[in-house]
Amino acid sequence: MTRIADAVTGPFAPVRAFFRRHRSLGIFVGVALLSIALPLLTRVPPFDGIQSTNAWVNAFTTAAIYAMLAMGLNVVIGFAGLLDLGYAAFFALGGYTYALAASPFSGIHLPFWPMLLAGGIVGAIFGVLLGAPTLRLRGDYLAIVTLGFGEIVPITLMNADKFTDGVNGIGGIDKPSIPGILQFTLINPWPMYGLVLVLFTLVMIMIYRLEDSRLGRTWDAIREDELAAESSGVNTVIAKLQAFAVGASIAGIVGVVNAAKITIVTPDQFRFAVSISALAAVVLGGMGNTIGVATGAFIIYLFQSILLKQLNTLVENFNIPVLNQIDFLEFQYVLYGIVLVLMMLKRPQGIFPARRRMREFAPLKIGKGGLK
Amino acid sequence: MLKARGVTRKFGGLVAVNNVDFEIPRGSISAIIGPNGAGKTTFFNVIAGIYAPTAGTIELDGKKLISPPTGAGREPILLVLPTIPFIALAIYFLMAVGGDTGLVEGVASVAVALLGFVSALLLNIVRPAWYNRFIKRIGVTRPARPNDMVAAGLARTFQNIRLYKSLTTLENILVGMHVHLRGTLLGALFKTRQVREEEAAAEQRARELLSFVDLAGMENELASNLPYGKQRLLEIARAIASRPKLLLLDEPAAGMNPKETEEMTALIRRIRDDLGITILLIEHDMRVVMGISDHITVLDHGEKIAEGLPKEIRNNPKVIEAYLGRGAAAGH
Repeated sequence: MTRIADAVTGPFAPVRAFFRRHRSLGIFVGVALLSIALPLLTRVPPFDGIQSTNAWVNAFTTAAIYAMLAMGLNVVIGFAGLLDLGYAAFFALGGYTYALAASPFSGIHLPFWPMLLAGGIVGAIFGVLLGAPTLRLRGDYLAIVTLGFGEIVPITLMNADKFTDGVNGIGGIDKPSIPGILQFTLINPWPMYGLVLVLFTLVMIMIYRLEDSRLGRTWDAIREDELAAESSGVNTVIAKLQAFAVGASIAGIVGVVNAAKITIVTPDQFRFAVSISALAAVVLGGMGNTIGVATGAFIIYLFQSILLKQLNTLVENFNIPVLNQIDFLEFQYVLYGIVLVLMMLKRPQGIFPARRRMREFAPLKIGKGGLK
Repeated sequence: MLKARGVTRKFGGLVAVNNVDFEIPRGSISAIIGPNGAGKTTFFNVIAGIYAPTAGTIELDGKKLISPPTGAGREPILLVLPTIPFIALAIYFLMAVGGDTGLVEGVASVAVALLGFVSALLLNIVRPAWYNRFIKRIGVTRPARPNDMVAAGLARTFQNIRLYKSLTTLENILVGMHVHLRGTLLGALFKTRQVREEEAAAEQRARELLSFVDLAGMENELASNLPYGKQRLLEIARAIASRPKLLLLDEPAAGMNPKETEEMTALIRRIRDDLGITILLIEHDMRVVMGISDHITVLDHGEKIAEGLPKEIRNNPKVIEAYLGRGAAAGH
């Protein structure tokens, strides 16, 4: 409603105008089309030679999980402008919540579906817990505190042997099922693919709605000028807590799904690298642009898990000396570093900049009613 | 309308505002003048809730909103005390289970204790009205924050314009209307009918406000792309969007050419006459001050040295001395 009313032009103008008015429907149709197109694409060369369709679908599922993480982080960083470097902690808390509630380790077997909500609530509670003491911090100070939090959580999980089985983690986590209709299995990736895409659609719709709401404007105002926001009557304390809570609850929900997908959680899955990969996706995609950020996550995940693996086999096949000694999969961290440095130097607003960021970085333009 | 009693604000050893008594009648246009560094903007910031006063109180519409903070030492107790019953509950629970504590009991007791702490923390941050009354009884007072002052009916502009630069003019105004919108997080997620109607009405009103300050047709212009004079207008529009009873303007005519200054003066009059908003302004441009003020207060070195009608101020020897120095006043 408050979006910039650009004139819609081009060959598909009526279609685009329709989806601009009904954006939730547009997101639904877009994800649905993409979710059919992607598996089909893996049947054609060169993609069919890389791995089986099932393996591809599995990879897309994981990519979508990373994309949801990136979208959640984007609420905190891109919308409210709070640099959070410990985002993986909430992902971990969601995962362990489900692991404790549905695994042989705890002896409890709660159904999967309500645990999605529980993961979100646990995430939100810890989001508030992290947010509350850091409300007065800005920029680099906030980054350091969140970084610490991001380390504390996996280390606690590692050392609370009795509750979490320490470094071994919790295995044998229950797969979701729809009683009598569908049982998710490790062999068949399709049900999980469907579940993750439905969640992906919901998360994206909700984030877009938040962005356009009174709360979204509040976040914009805080990011732009906190003092002015307070003087406009915004309770910045509550608004920032809400940003933390929304971001963390998304990570919590995604954590539950992730735990159900790979059926094991260990503290090592949630180290700093996860926070950094989500951050790299946000920076690559364009802070503040939800679709851009999701695309950034897809690019990064597929690049590291498919392309680097391909590089390995390629070098092996041609038996190039020296190079065939290298495991390129180890280079994913180098990849994050390169992405962050290159983006900051060459295109700080991201590949798909949010309209607002685009304006911030654009040279001053004189609008139609502007300078006279 | 606004009553300030004995307001003092010190920054370390520097007394920026010293024991200022000040009153604004409803429906007036009042001005604060004084040489550079006289403490005008500090005084403004105290009224707006940005700085807590070192001493003194501010009342708006008969409600005492700002006074120096007290009982800060007791605040940690506010966090710890409510948590104790929850922790006691958790410990009792663990003892009742007894012996070798199982996984479920351990997690549950930690969760209960944590819940207690989180709720105490949230109460302390959100501070609903009943909580504020309660802590006042045990001697903890905190001055109103800027957003509380806006909710109480005060709005302000800044000396160096502070717009949300990468938002459009319309969005700037919508942020200004924040305190009168009820949309919640859940309402936004489910896009309830109430939220949709409220947003549509807010947008309508924002457009009206834009045309009130002569910015009609610039709804989708970026705030940073507006020329300087129009940015000032937009900032005023954003301030009146919160439907204040009292509007504080910090040097509204600074850096404007004579024509723009004239328009600004007319706008300030219209805000008072058409919208019934009481106005307090800081201004250096004497033509503006003398032209529109009903009442002028002069600050120098943080102290009030004179107040009265414009013509009284113009001939007050103390004021002339403050502005031009002792020699000039004697020569007069």
